[in-house]
Amino acid sequence: MNPDAVPPDRPESFRAAPVPRRSSLLLLPALAWLGLFFFVPLALMLAISFASRGTYGGVVWTLSLANYANVLDPLYVKVFLRSVLLASVTTVLCLALGFPIAYYIARLPARRQGIWLLLVMIPFWTNFLIRTYAWIFMLRTEGLMNQVLAGLGLIGSPVDVLYTEMAIVIGLVYGYLPFMILPLSAAVERLPPSLVEAAWDLYASRWAVLWRVIVPLTKPGLVAGCTLVFIPSLGAFMTPDLMGGARTMMIGNLIQHEFLVARDWPFGSAIALVLMVSVLLGLAIYLRAERAGTRLAAGG
Amino acid sequence: MAESSVELRDVSKRHGDTRAVDRVSLVIRRGEFFAILGPSGSGKTTLLRMLAGFESPDAGDILIDGRSVRGVPPNQRPVNLVFQTYALFPHLTVAGNIAFGLEMRRLPRADIAARVEEALDMVRLQGKQDRLPAQLSGGEQQRVAVARALVNRPAVLLLDEPLGALDQQLRTDMQVELKTIQERVGLTFICVTHHQEEALTMSDRVAVMRQGRLLQVGSPRDIYEAPQSAFVANFIGRSNSLTGRIEMVSGLRCTVRAADLPAADPVVAACPAGAGIGSPATLMLRPERLHLSADVQVDGYDNMLPARVSKAIYNGSETQYLLALSDRLSWQVLIPNAGNGQKRFQPGESVFLRWRADEAVVLSE
Amino acid sequence: MSRKHTWLLSASVANLVFLYAPIVVLILFSFNASRLSATWQGFTLEWYRLLLEDEALRLSVQNSLVVAVVSTVVATGLGVCAAVGLERHPFRGREVVEGAMLLPLVIPEIMMGVSLMLFFLLVKLPLSLITVAIGHAAFNVPIVLVIVRARLRKLDPSLEEAARDLGATPWQAFRRVTWPLLMPAVAGSVLLAFTVSLDDFIVTFFTAGPGSTTLPLYVYSMVKSGVTPTINALSAILVLVSMALIGASLALQRR
Repeated sequence: MNPDAVPPDRPESFRAAPVPRRSSLLLLPALAWLGLFFFVPLALMLAISFASRGTYGGVVWTLSLANYANVLDPLYVKVFLRSVLLASVTTVLCLALGFPIAYYIARLPARRQGIWLLLVMIPFWTNFLIRTYAWIFMLRTEGLMNQVLAGLGLIGSPVDVLYTEMAIVIGLVYGYLPFMILPLSAAVERLPPSLVEAAWDLYASRWAVLWRVIVPLTKPGLVAGCTLVFIPSLGAFMTPDLMGGARTMMIGNLIQHEFLVARDWPFGSAIALVLMVSVLLGLAIYLRAERAGTRLAAGG
Repeated sequence: MAESSVELRDVSKRHGDTRAVDRVSLVIRRGEFFAILGPSGSGKTTLLRMLAGFESPDAGDILIDGRSVRGVPPNQRPVNLVFQTYALFPHLTVAGNIAFGLEMRRLPRADIAARVEEALDMVRLQGKQDRLPAQLSGGEQQRVAVARALVNRPAVLLLDEPLGALDQQLRTDMQVELKTIQERVGLTFICVTHHQEEALTMSDRVAVMRQGRLLQVGSPRDIYEAPQSAFVANFIGRSNSLTGRIEMVSGLRCTVRAADLPAADPVVAACPAGAGIGSPATLMLRPERLHLSADVQVDGYDNMLPARVSKAIYNGSETQYLLALSDRLSWQVLIPNAGNGQKRFQPGESVFLRWRADEAVVLSE
Repeated sequence: MSRKHTWLLSASVANLVFLYAPIVVLILFSFNASRLSATWQGFTLEWYRLLLEDEALRLSVQNSLVVAVVSTVVATGLGVCAAVGLERHPFRGREVVEGAMLLPLVIPEIMMGVSLMLFFLLVKLPLSLITVAIGHAAFNVPIVLVIVRARLRKLDPSLEEAARDLGATPWQAFRRVTWPLLMPAVAGSVLLAFTVSLDDFIVTFFTAGPGSTTLPLYVYSMVKSGVTPTINALSAILVLVSMALIGASLALQRR
């Protein structure tokens, strides 16, 4: 090979493309599938959100913002606020419960770390419905929780936790806790223990070590964990459906109600899109934080 | 004020089944540059971590400035540590890193600024205070780590393999720089290292550790010239050894017959204390103290052994000869490279090794 | 230090108790002789026997398996190709395309469910097992893509270069070097896609029609109609099945 004929960027492009250019054609089948069965339906939903409901359900193609205006009805705003509140409480609880165990796992030797992570994951691999049912079984009026509490003499008469907002939060925390633990423990693991020791050596109290060193340096993991818990909690449908009551409707239930019970597809679409936009906004914040985290790690 | 800066009294620490530190007693003087030297696993890092407060002794006591530090957590000890990996906070700037300890102790802002400035000055990092650690070179990071610890004016500065991550050239420069800084601030420095040259160059006194035990403490010169064990002799610098039995004692001298060289004349050496006729002895000889020549007759030496050159390695400043004294015994000799007239020996050549009786260290073990 | 450690350990153990207690209680009570009460009335296998006789349950399990197999096969094919396509040749807007393909993972599942339902109703495709499988394949593509792509990214590019240097064509280099190294990731993603499909409730809920009840839908209707020991028994079986699946997946990845 004549070295003069090699363009300067040759090693770079050679590395990146050992397979010829047409390899990007491999993307097409997946793109087509997702296009037809993911993006087209979403676009359709967007279109329908500007239409209006026919007399017997169905869609009448008009162009109006009435559905979005309708979302602002205090009745629905309340559902939105409740969803945001319950998702936030869930996230905070997951963080409080998950941080100690994540930290503990991250500082274990590799072998035991694997075992603990597996222990955290096993319940998570069990069907979500089953896990929800497990709590229904525990929390119902004649359930085990009430019997234990009564047996301990802590309560006189059974407490009705099930079908309240508290039950929903318990169900959501139970469902999404591993989403918090995994990224957090990965982030703590990346934090060299010597940094914690250095802070401690430099007169920092435990509290100062936590806030000045651990939290800033595990921020990408914290944000990732919170995002991974908050997003599915906000859009939850099954947990509030099974564990909540008529007065604890969340956005997911509202959407389902509009589509399957009220058969107002345009309005249901509008609500769903508002939900999606809020989620994407949250995601954008997450990505920005993550990018900042990467920059920090790379020192750029 | 107590004369000792740090005192260890019978300190022991177990890690699982191994005695990481085994009944170590040691007094380190105020203002001294003290090196703890040992191979990995010798317990030197454990010792340092106990001084810093990250680990606590199973038995014994540690005194800093005359006060026991038992149960005192690291953040309340008047010592600061320069970590082997530097452990600079990646999210804080150079100035932020240096100021960290002062902020934790809630010093007034103005004081902090002044002292950070002073520290930057000392380690010659003026103008780099707003950089993040990742934007610094290895040598600069090392100096930030030193400044971050020194700025707190600790009673003792601990250094864990401080130069381990640097390349050879920087290492040599930083040895001198660290020593200079230490002399300027006058603080007690305790440096843990497995690098013998580092220990000898920088410190006032050196402690050699092995398997959790303290083998010898002394000035670099003592340690090098008068090692008290074969391990110390071999760990610090290179050494040739000859084992045998004492054949005759006359005054301060004795003659030793080498077990590996039954045919050769016995060698004359300084007699180790308490050694009698028939007791085993080991001679340790530094490669640079040996005289090498092809002549049969050379004056001024007490001992002579014949040998054959098996390899000559040219090292720039000196030439290293590997010599076979017998089938089983091989020594090395270092000869400084001088002008063109110098005699150079070739592999296979027969030569004579000579040395004066007091050049050898005799250990009776 | 050790004080902090015991504190962390007890917090961690409490966490595990929280995670496991409900499942353990659930399984224990699947052997309880009492139909209604949460107090222990003696050991029985009655509820398991009832499950075996439940024809609707058998049908739902069969439906779930069909959907899981079909959607996993489709998603694995599409996902592996897409991962290779994304990794191999950088092109303008690659990040955007990748982000778009991962979108199904991040938007609330209910969005996917209702929009697919609208789509199928409007194109007049009757809701059936086919529509369910289509939906499952759509959310499984990004799952396969993420796992396989992560593995591809970790592979040393010089391996393929070495193969090329030793005279392999690009296809041979891929087939003989990259593909064997990729296999664990592909196997892992197959198992994960299969499990996710078996477990899916929401997308199925909106895209299933009469006669296409899957296992989660069946469980849902049981739970909706009230707490019965039969659900406990079914849950116990499902917990064991999912444990077996994880065991298989871990064993595969270790090889």
